[in-house]
Amino acid sequence: MIEFRSVSKQFPDGTRAVDDFSLTLPSHRTTVLVGSSGSGKTTLLRMINRMVDPSGGTIEIDGADIAQLEPVQLRRSIGYVMQNSGLLPHRTVIDNVATVPLLRGVPRKKARADALALLDTVGLDQTLAARYPSQLSGGQQQRVGVARGLAVNPNILLMDEPFGAVDPIVRAELQQELIRLQSELGKTVVFVTHDIEEAFLLGDQVVILRDGGRIAQVGAPADILADPADDFVASFIGADRGKRALHLERRGDSDLLLDSEGRLAGVLVMPGTSAPSPDSPAPR
Amino acid sequence: MTWIWANLDLLWDRTLDHLVLSVPPIMLSFLIAVPLGWLANRYRAGRGVILTASGLLYAIPSLPLFFVIPAVVGTSLRSPLNLVIALTLYGVALMVRVVADGLASVDEDVRQSAVAVGYSGWSTFWQVELPLAGPVLLAGLRVVAVSTVSLATVGAVIGAQSLGSLFTDGFQRGIQAEIIAGIVLTVALALLLDGALVLLGRLLLPWTRLAATSRRALRVSRSAEGSG
Amino acid sequence: MNLFQDALNWILDPANYAGPGGIPVRLVEHLVFTVAAVLMACAIAIPVGFLIGHTGRGRSLAVATSGGLRAIPTLGLLTLVALWVGIGLGAPSVALTVLAIPPILAGAYAGFEAIDRSVIDSARSVGMSESQIVRTVEIPLGMPLLIAGIRSATLQVIATATLAAYVADIGLGRFLFAGLKTRDYAEMLGGSLLVILLALTLEGIFTVMQRLVVPRGVASGRTPVDRARSARPVPGMDPAITKGTH
Repeated sequence: MIEFRSVSKQFPDGTRAVDDFSLTLPSHRTTVLVGSSGSGKTTLLRMINRMVDPSGGTIEIDGADIAQLEPVQLRRSIGYVMQNSGLLPHRTVIDNVATVPLLRGVPRKKARADALALLDTVGLDQTLAARYPSQLSGGQQQRVGVARGLAVNPNILLMDEPFGAVDPIVRAELQQELIRLQSELGKTVVFVTHDIEEAFLLGDQVVILRDGGRIAQVGAPADILADPADDFVASFIGADRGKRALHLERRGDSDLLLDSEGRLAGVLVMPGTSAPSPDSPAPR
Repeated sequence: MTWIWANLDLLWDRTLDHLVLSVPPIMLSFLIAVPLGWLANRYRAGRGVILTASGLLYAIPSLPLFFVIPAVVGTSLRSPLNLVIALTLYGVALMVRVVADGLASVDEDVRQSAVAVGYSGWSTFWQVELPLAGPVLLAGLRVVAVSTVSLATVGAVIGAQSLGSLFTDGFQRGIQAEIIAGIVLTVALALLLDGALVLLGRLLLPWTRLAATSRRALRVSRSAEGSG
Repeated sequence: MNLFQDALNWILDPANYAGPGGIPVRLVEHLVFTVAAVLMACAIAIPVGFLIGHTGRGRSLAVATSGGLRAIPTLGLLTLVALWVGIGLGAPSVALTVLAIPPILAGAYAGFEAIDRSVIDSARSVGMSESQIVRTVEIPLGMPLLIAGIRSATLQVIATATLAAYVADIGLGRFLFAGLKTRDYAEMLGGSLLVILLALTLEGIFTVMQRLVVPRGVASGRTPVDRARSARPVPGMDPAITKGTH
């Protein structure tokens, strides 16, 4: 469990990125911080592994104040996946995945064997192990990034817009992959994104942020959809534009779902009948 | 030509003299420039001072510097040490800026992610920043190597023996072949050291070789990913 | 520091200012000789460099040639040409001009190449002729790197002109060789300090000039750090431009 208690952050240039932020992130669940740029979401994420230290308040991991922990050791115990993967371009895929175990003193042979197994876990072919990051596609690099984040078998996995730089099709694949992984591994995932669809898809708990890290609403996706806290949230999730208010229309043999402006949003399928392929991304 | 065949021993000796004069400055300038370049890259105030100083140092012509150094450090004018110091100073002047620029060229995302996964400050420098600046450092070191070999010949006019002695001797005795042999050997030595550095770079920086082939590999792996 | 005191006394001694071998005459010789060689090299290298930069043709040849010339020791070139044309001003003039060409050439074409391609494209798309593109876009934007090239050529020629005194009766270098012959360290060191002073003065003038030729819109769009960086060319970027062989 990660707990923010009245956390604030003022940068030396005077900008207040976060102001009096309090939140509990439950263990073994995915919490998504979602907001536009300037909402302080990345700053909040980076406070958890002390890439950024708060100016006020405390952050606890399982009851321990992280301000008392040594930053380098702390970072080595937390998985971190970032946009553009952040892989070391001068290390092969396998060495990138094994980076942190090697830093922690795991023997090279074991670290590599573990890393190879992790490639399977994230759905990468083991033949890619000897490649350099520049020889991989964006989606593959991102998978390597996830594998690196998992390499020390951390309890906590921080993900900073990890799928922001890949194209929509690959992003959808990676999202499904993350859902599958999370159902197997049950990590405490903290995920940052500006994409509300992604937040609803991945989050057990979604935190919608306004400017300066102020919480607009916290809750399960269904709760937020059912009952937006205010106009800001309604606008953010698209409810005000009628995007979320769907109605049925009968066309021939099928029931179509349309939004309030008459744009097609999907097809109603009764349980047991033939469903659209589960792999395809949800129609908008 | 006959002069060359009759003096192969002399040519060999001068070549060795030249190596002794030029290799230490190349290595020393790298070793000295790395910490200075790091300082210049890390601290804004240091950057101005260090880069201005190295720029001015580089502007000083070599022959006058050979005369000034003995007055400052007390070496004898004709001693090889005098030349080694001067050549090292030039190498450092050139290399400091290269190191600073090379370190600055390291992708901030990569640096940040190294810190995020738990590299300490020290190991970030040695295992991430320095190797990633490698290609730039290598390019700079190659320039230092070639110019040091060429510069070392100037020492001949003050009596320090090197391949440059073939120029002064050939000029005074009117032997064209000796001068030409000196030029050819100097260029050859420069190219040899340059080649050695390129080879060293291939060994130490294996990932840089893939730049050309990676695009093809990327296409192949993309299509593989698409089908799977 | 005693040695420097002697050297300073030598520089200030009125006896060293008279006649054809005096400090003023040698200084002017050195300067005129340097400027002449640089101008000659400019006349050859700038048009060729612009042509290479504008068309993109012949670049690899230019790179290889300047790279090769860089490895040639100046003293070797000086002595060899001196044996061919005899002792006098001819040999150093030729050698100095040849040595000044590569950095200027590299500065000229690198200045063009460093310009964002979309700028040239847009100039062409609004209907500029090729010569208008060269005159109004490429030359102004490429000027800082060209000046950087001329700067490094000048530094190199000053250094080599000192060395030229070995084969010809010219310039401040005479004091160095004369002092060497008579074991007069004050004269050697005094002469050396004069050459260094001359080099640093020109270096300062070029620093100012290089800042002045950056087009205003370009300069204002940059941070002070960027500008400080561009004030001296980056060796790692294009060694041919910055390299002086002294």
